[in-house]
Amino acid sequence: MSTLVNDISRGILKENPVFRLLLGMCPVLGVTVAVDNGLGMGVAATIVLLCANVVISMVRSFIPKSVRIPCFIVVIATFVTMVDMVLEAFVPPVHDELGIFVPLIVVNCMILGRAEAFASKQPVLRSLLDGIGVGIGFTIALVLLSAVREILGDGTISYFVGELNVMGSGFDPMGVMTLPPGAFIALGVLLVLVNAFFRKFKIE
Amino acid sequence: MEFGNLMAIIFIYILVDNLVLHQFLGICPFLGVSRKMETALGMSMAVVFVMTMATVVAWLIFHFVLEPFDLMFLQIVAFILVIASLVQLVETVMRKVSPALYQGLGIFLPLITTNCAIMGAALLAIQEEFIFIEAVVFAFAAAIGFAVALVLLAGIRERVEESDISERLQGPVVTLLTAGILSLAFNGFQGMLSL
Repeated sequence: MSTLVNDISRGILKENPVFRLLLGMCPVLGVTVAVDNGLGMGVAATIVLLCANVVISMVRSFIPKSVRIPCFIVVIATFVTMVDMVLEAFVPPVHDELGIFVPLIVVNCMILGRAEAFASKQPVLRSLLDGIGVGIGFTIALVLLSAVREILGDGTISYFVGELNVMGSGFDPMGVMTLPPGAFIALGVLLVLVNAFFRKFKIE
Repeated sequence: MEFGNLMAIIFIYILVDNLVLHQFLGICPFLGVSRKMETALGMSMAVVFVMTMATVVAWLIFHFVLEPFDLMFLQIVAFILVIASLVQLVETVMRKVSPALYQGLGIFLPLITTNCAIMGAALLAIQEEFIFIEAVVFAFAAAIGFAVALVLLAGIRERVEESDISERLQGPVVTLLTAGILSLAFNGFQGMLSL
């Protein structure tokens, strides 16, 4: 039982893909201008990661070692295509906002990394839990970063159908936060805070 | 198609819409292999080589296979397979033809498969509806833009390494902040040119 709990919590805290391993950074920096974009991207990547982990874990004993990477990539690409179509059909505004970063989930090193390091060696249930954990960790990181950027850059928090004005009317927005440089700087500062948090609670 | 248009594409994708600093593609190698100037140069050359070839092949496949047979939904699967097999092919050919070049670039080639800048350039060339010659020039310029960003960051990081920075800021944090300032500088090119 404790291994199963550990499988979930590891991806969220100890091996958080964004804060600890710095994997899959392109969407992290690219889409986090608004909270709903960050959440949408997080959920999309989580679904792909979850499905890919389960399928790869199921077929792990049939895949010859020498061609495993192309096999993983085809599995991942299939799920990315499905997620891309579903987003386009049901939530076209989110699909347009995320743009090129939806098809690019296929080359997200976080997903290939989990397939290679975990799902190709572990049973289905553990791979599923690992996918859930890493996916949640990734989504939390995206939402945190996009909240920082949107609150400082626009003074709002958007939630798909509208936006909440959190800073009041007298707020002078820091425009740079919504521009590309803001992504690098905000993530850098957030990393300092997260590292301090980890050190304080002794999570290693 | 005019000559001026091609020149515009070159300047836009090296300076204005820089793949790394403005569109956030290829961040992993940007942060990962920029510690030493030598590796940064090797990676840059490998990217210039593979990105140009991959975009050209992806463009041809999209316009001569996927589009006529109405298979556009296979775009993602087709492109990633093209890139993965192209990288493998380049690696094999290079090892046979030019072992010296292989020594220099070989170790970077497997990393390139998961470099989202390569896939991103192939997708952008389709999305922007470039004609063939524009796609070639675009891919080359985008790759040079990637190389410029990577080499600049590597140059700065080599100096940062030797300077005295607070313990809390060491490692990825100072790299991200440096990249942020670099991106701020490139932001100055915004709006200078557009297609």
